[in-house]
Amino acid sequence: MKVKVISRSTDEFTRERSQDLQRVFRNFDPSLRSQEKAVEYVRALNAAKLDKIFARPFIGAMDGHRDSIKCMAKNPNHLKAIFSGSDDGDIRLWDIASRRTVCQFPGHQGAVQGLTVSTDGSILVSCGSDCTVRLWNVSDAHLADSDYLSDNSAKPQAVYVWKNAFRAVDHQWDGDLFATAGAQVDIWNHNRSQPVNTFDWGADTTISIRFNPGEPNILATSANDRSITLYDLRMSSPARKVIMRTKTNSIAWNPMEPMNFTAANEDCNCYSYDARKLEEAKCVHKDHVSAVMDIDFSPTGREFVTGSYDRTVRIFQYNGGHSREIYHTKRMQRVFCVKYSCDASYVISGSDDTNLRLWKAKASEQLGVVLPRERKKHEYLEAVKNRYKHLPEVKRIVRHRHLPRPVYKAANLRRTMIEAERRKEQRRKAHSAPGSMVTEPVRKRRIIKEVE
Amino acid sequence: MGAKKENSDNEMDEKVKKYLRGEAANLEGLKDKKLKGQLAVREDLYGKSAKTAAKIEKWLLPSEGGYLEAEGIEKTWRMKQESIAREVDILSSRNQYDIVLPELGPYTLDFTSNGRYMAAAGRKGHLAIVDMKTLNLIKEIQVRETVRDVAYLHNELFFAAAQKKYPYIYNRDGTELHCLKEHGAVLRLQFLKNHFLLASINKFGQLRYQDVTMGEMIGNIRTGLGRTDVMQVNPYNGVVALGHSSGTVTMWKPTSAVPLVKMLSHPGPVSSLAFHPNGHLMATSGRENKIKIWDLRKFEVIQTLPCHAKTLNFSQKGLLAAGTGSFIQILADFSGSQNYSSYMTHSMAKGYQVGKLLFRPYEDVLGIGHSMGWSSILIPGSGEPNFDSWVANPFETSKQRREKEVHSLLDKLPPETIMLDPTKVGTVRAPQKKEKPTKKDIEAEMEAAIETAKDTEFKKKTKGRNKPSKRATKRREMIGRAKRPFLEQRTQEHETSRKKQKTNPETEMPKSLQRFVRQKAT
Repeated sequence: MKVKVISRSTDEFTRERSQDLQRVFRNFDPSLRSQEKAVEYVRALNAAKLDKIFARPFIGAMDGHRDSIKCMAKNPNHLKAIFSGSDDGDIRLWDIASRRTVCQFPGHQGAVQGLTVSTDGSILVSCGSDCTVRLWNVSDAHLADSDYLSDNSAKPQAVYVWKNAFRAVDHQWDGDLFATAGAQVDIWNHNRSQPVNTFDWGADTTISIRFNPGEPNILATSANDRSITLYDLRMSSPARKVIMRTKTNSIAWNPMEPMNFTAANEDCNCYSYDARKLEEAKCVHKDHVSAVMDIDFSPTGREFVTGSYDRTVRIFQYNGGHSREIYHTKRMQRVFCVKYSCDASYVISGSDDTNLRLWKAKASEQLGVVLPRERKKHEYLEAVKNRYKHLPEVKRIVRHRHLPRPVYKAANLRRTMIEAERRKEQRRKAHSAPGSMVTEPVRKRRIIKEVE
Repeated sequence: MGAKKENSDNEMDEKVKKYLRGEAANLEGLKDKKLKGQLAVREDLYGKSAKTAAKIEKWLLPSEGGYLEAEGIEKTWRMKQESIAREVDILSSRNQYDIVLPELGPYTLDFTSNGRYMAAAGRKGHLAIVDMKTLNLIKEIQVRETVRDVAYLHNELFFAAAQKKYPYIYNRDGTELHCLKEHGAVLRLQFLKNHFLLASINKFGQLRYQDVTMGEMIGNIRTGLGRTDVMQVNPYNGVVALGHSSGTVTMWKPTSAVPLVKMLSHPGPVSSLAFHPNGHLMATSGRENKIKIWDLRKFEVIQTLPCHAKTLNFSQKGLLAAGTGSFIQILADFSGSQNYSSYMTHSMAKGYQVGKLLFRPYEDVLGIGHSMGWSSILIPGSGEPNFDSWVANPFETSKQRREKEVHSLLDKLPPETIMLDPTKVGTVRAPQKKEKPTKKDIEAEMEAAIETAKDTEFKKKTKGRNKPSKRATKRREMIGRAKRPFLEQRTQEHETSRKKQKTNPETEMPKSLQRFVRQKAT
């Protein structure tokens, strides 16, 4: 007869010395485990609850400005630094880690309307309502010279005066041109005191401007006549324009998909467009209850943050119709500018109450060094929570956010109004000849026309 | 060469199927392209992980299972334990022994889930805990009372003994921790591992579930079917099955007072019950010397075996042990098609009455509790050779045991998750179709409303106000009011049916008026 019986020798299955790791043996056979789905569900529920327990997104506020903060700029070469400009002409460079001002750049007589840093991190360009554009030298060597403690103010490298007040400025990603927005769009070179080129299409002020991260010669602007215009520097004439029903306050290009941009609109929504096909929005992001003032993409291109007039900051998925997260504080008033940090972990908001606030991008994230086992556990909990997040108990916990009362009431009111409008539309359609009334998709509804 | 390759391919396919855990989702009917894309990516990932798991099973598992093969004219069921013990190594042959304790009554046993520790209880009050690796007696106590059953809780530190009046929970050191008075005189105890529930059936046929973490009594069910001491837990879904003296097998969950399933399995009392670890097979035996193997998905008998069985037990690999008197028979299905046939037999000394058969997890050992003590015999091929350290580790250190306890407490399932089909968690319930009331129902409702209206008592008015004509008009008014909603409904229905009829004008309108006919939107 041939016979074999299971016999396990202890030394094969236990460790040799006490300094060795314990041995772990795996058998993935599902018959060894019972009720796997129920166990996963319980873990998802616990993960959702733990997430909420550890959700502390607010890190700190950076105090120092004396007037409301209108614009911010991040230096692509430095993670810890951010520039901010306020309504009294004060520009400051902040160190995010210590939440203190490193350096001040006084000089503007009126409000600072736009800030931008060149891609190599050496020049800060600021423009204001005093019709000037100032260039500041912010390279490392230069800043290291000045005394850290005495909050030394720096002198501008160059001041260019022009004919009209400026509303926004943006620097080219891979060149040495920057563009300002005001009565018309001007293209400047660092060394010239006059714009190299001017674009003018339409009769109204341009209020925001952004260069494309992938194609350095393309820029998008938005104007007071409710339009979004795309310009190509090589063609020296405007390329396309789309007119919407309400004006766009800010535009941000997706750094990972440079043909897409998202526009923060006055009608509380954000519209994502494909720049090649402007007749229809790719996605409409709805959740704010008042005008969206500023928008910035995460460097991963998967999320963007918006700041709105309704005193909240929201984070959206790049293709999601509703926000993933909302941040608000009693002390934070109208949010005028937001920036996503370059390591995709933090969000900085500048608001009406003269403070810059630092928030975590993922509210329950553990900051600091995360051990590999901890990281794996976090990833597992995230995955199991996402698998069961449509079930009612888990969904209730995951979706729950505390909203400030005015926002909550305003959202309810908007919902009732939209519902009423929709019902009326449905009834009109039901009572009219079939096919005579066509409902326009939401993505197209807010666009009036596209112009070449 | 080609045939071999085909065979191995088939084998891998089977394995992959096992790891896929069910059918892939049907994405054809989805119109939402984004969702379809996301789900397609996920299905792809599942396929890849199933393939990797199948490859790991083929190449990376450390141990191989046991087997017993007959050569020539030998038959496996004629092989004696002594001859097997001679062929295997010393460590395994130590697993074959008989412990004789004649004065302390028939013994029953229980193993921890990793097969390392055993608790033995003699009817006359002897409780013993043995470490099976070293065959060390850890602790033995004499409780001086009848002990009917013993069950380990979640690890080797705690066990419950069903004593004369109440069940007690003891520590590994023999200290009595709890006296569970609410259970009463318990005949059988079973522990549901995932839910941390101690289930007991007592003399009056009351089934009780107690949560051993917080001590809460979750369920107290009066089965109403009399005294029974046949109770088993289905490890696949956590359902408790009882076998009754009327021949019915009932299955229970803690949250309902009615059994989930009631099936008539034997003409006489059910003498024992066993569940296959995959949850689809159940073996029952009755007094008529037949063992029936049931498929629990369809609740049908797959096989009937002519075999005496007073106790039954399935092993991890699906071998069925049946014991009566002093004779034990092991049945196995070799082809994998649930066709059980005799594999091995073992007869003990005459006078030893087999009380309980229990396979030891992760070992090829069968533990026998009998009237003269307990024994252990070797059954090659019965245990799972490869254990998973996160599920059950026979070589657990105390630190690992503590960690496992905490993790399993965090993953404790609520009692509502006990259901016949455990894969239903997380699925979507089919929408309930609201049935329209039939014409008869509506008429019956109307009649009922009219009757109640007729029966209303009117206030007795005096001083010339209580004229009979006025009373009659009032009554008519009440009946009319009761009838009104039904009549309105009827007229509405007539109107809608008329409108529907009207929208077929092509047949009715003359040709000259055809251009005024409303065109349906294409």
